[in-house]
Amino acid sequence: MQFFFEVLIGGLLSGVLYALVALGFVLIYKASGVFNFAQGAMVFFAALTFVGFLEVLPGWTGMEEGGRAVFWLAFVLSLAAMVVLAIATEKFVLRPLVNQPPITLFMATIGLTFLVEGIAQGIWGANVRGLDLGIADVPIEYMMDNFNILISSFDVFAAAVAAVLVAALALFFQYTRIGRALRAVADDHQAALSIGIPLRHIWVIVWAVAGFVALVAGMIWGARNGVQFALTFTALKALPVLILGGFTSVPGAIVGGLIIGASEKLAEVYVGPFVGGGIESWFPYILALGFLLIRPEGLFGEKHIDRV
Amino acid sequence: MNLKKTVILGAAVAGLLGSSMAIAAEQFIGLPSYRVGPYAAGGSGIYGGWIDYMQMINERDGGINGVKLAWEECETEYNNARGVECYERLKEKGETGNSVFQPLSTGITYSVLDKVAKDKIPLVTMGYGRTDAADGRVFPYVFPLITTYWSQATTMVKYIAGKEGGTDKLKGKKIALLYHDSAYGKESHAVLEKMAERYGYELTKLAVAHPGNEQQSQWLQIRQLRPDWVILWGWGVMNPTALKSAAKTGFSREKMVGVWWSGAEEDTVPAGSAAKGFTAAGYNVAGADYPVIKDIEKFVYAKGHGNMEDKSRIGSVYYNRGVVHGLITVEAIRKAQEKYGKGKALTGEQVRWGFENLDMDDKRLGELGATGFLPPLKTSCMDHEGSGKVKYQQWDGNKWNVVTDWIDADKEMVRGMIEESAAAYAKEKGITPRDCSKEM
Repeated sequence: MQFFFEVLIGGLLSGVLYALVALGFVLIYKASGVFNFAQGAMVFFAALTFVGFLEVLPGWTGMEEGGRAVFWLAFVLSLAAMVVLAIATEKFVLRPLVNQPPITLFMATIGLTFLVEGIAQGIWGANVRGLDLGIADVPIEYMMDNFNILISSFDVFAAAVAAVLVAALALFFQYTRIGRALRAVADDHQAALSIGIPLRHIWVIVWAVAGFVALVAGMIWGARNGVQFALTFTALKALPVLILGGFTSVPGAIVGGLIIGASEKLAEVYVGPFVGGGIESWFPYILALGFLLIRPEGLFGEKHIDRV
Repeated sequence: MNLKKTVILGAAVAGLLGSSMAIAAEQFIGLPSYRVGPYAAGGSGIYGGWIDYMQMINERDGGINGVKLAWEECETEYNNARGVECYERLKEKGETGNSVFQPLSTGITYSVLDKVAKDKIPLVTMGYGRTDAADGRVFPYVFPLITTYWSQATTMVKYIAGKEGGTDKLKGKKIALLYHDSAYGKESHAVLEKMAERYGYELTKLAVAHPGNEQQSQWLQIRQLRPDWVILWGWGVMNPTALKSAAKTGFSREKMVGVWWSGAEEDTVPAGSAAKGFTAAGYNVAGADYPVIKDIEKFVYAKGHGNMEDKSRIGSVYYNRGVVHGLITVEAIRKAQEKYGKGKALTGEQVRWGFENLDMDDKRLGELGATGFLPPLKTSCMDHEGSGKVKYQQWDGNKWNVVTDWIDADKEMVRGMIEESAAAYAKEKGITPRDCSKEM
């Protein structure tokens, strides 16, 4: 039983990380109806920019290498880079495609993926980098000593960061003027425009917020596995989460992430040995597809009703 | 008088043209590289080292017997379709067409496997590809040089046995194989299972789904299993993730042995301190303190002609692997020139003969400034592997240090399996194996 709980808790903590990536998709889909295929590339771009600045800033500014000042300056500059990316995306990708069918916008984000990946490697190079956030990835002693359950302190830290981020975004959407405008745009573009909400500004803001989420996700995943191209694959982990939780729901992304995280780990351990193992990559998709049959809009997604 | 002058002038011009044509002889090598995309870190290091070596041969020696090396890169992004496109695009280039194809991708290797024999272009798959292609009778144009996956697997068991105090001490030991869930990852299964039967260790195979950035379930199973050793047969992000997960689980990195695609700086640096103590196989070693690397620095980088943007990577595992590709390719061309004419640009068919008759013993490696850098190599019609030796390197937190001499593969076991598999392939494809006694 102890082993079961170990797998379950580990899965739930992984699920929070999936939810973090899924959140970026949800934000953009909510505000613009665009399924942003480039979200994984944005995670890679953000993390690579961050470690890139960490490397060059001491040389440029004379700051102490590995110090707090360099860390925060790199963070702010990376965030600025994500804002620039958001502005460029709105100006060169979204604006020319206003009123085009969603599939056109989706295809445009596929193109954006290759562009963002190429720009990231073009600027910072293709080298694999390590990233140390100062949080040790070691088991929590208390849990080991008392319950013989292995839970990583880094995973708990990452889950806490994700929780804070989700809470902050929920408050931002609920209680700020911009947040209300975002929700208005999400509900009805034309109605929002008619009452004077600037659609283009809203798009820039929402892409910038998604860029911020990508930066946080990239830093956490980068610290776990290294900052490298494989960060783009994190998007693959978010897709079943979105199907399960619904494309328009922030709580859905969280709950979906937890379900996917826990179920894929349990499946790998308890089902995997009977089918040759390595089922973690496809099991969440099977689960999500099964779920679609029962509830096509996802757990928390908006039910779409068409009058005929 | 005027006529005489004209004739002399004409002869002089013809002579000059002739000599300039001789000087202009170039050996073309098409490079299907990958410098962007998921595996760009490895590609940029290997192709960078390879190009630097060829540049050094041109700068230091004026080419091979006066034949300058020329090359062109074609970006594959490690994608099979692009790899085939690059193969087609490069094959007609140069005076004599492309003389060798080395895609650094098992997928691309399989995609062009049937084409190379038809186009008469040698396909060199150093450290990857089909292991049974080492049987040159069935695969005359394919060269899985130095060491194959099967040979490597046997050296891994030998390395572990050495640490345990002998092969007799392996009985009852538990070895977990953590492998990339792909054809590449499964390549070692048959050999490790056969050795498990022979030496009595218990083998547990744990698959990791691509790309391998999530391994919690596998490492929790390893924690339960409590193996004596873990063999890491990983690729890309799977490697640092495995090392970090091992640290998280409390499994000693000193008890982890990696395949040569797990043993580069790109695998250990992202894992930080978690990688310290990890040991991995290599058919080349890391380090810049070899005459061949010094010559590259002297004749290429000192003149500002180096290929690597980040010079700190010179001497890294992947960079040096690229230098090994260059060394062997140049040596094959040199060997082929001895047969087909020094100072001439050769066809792929002629260079193939060079690859099949390599003899790089310790003396020759010394002359090339590469003693200990790669193992001695001797190929033949029967044996396109040529060596089967592997060294092991350990990561000390900052760099790789060689911890063993060249360990010989269990040739007897591996060769039998190679011939069996190659014979099955020949039967399936309707290939009549060559009679090596008739080959020169």
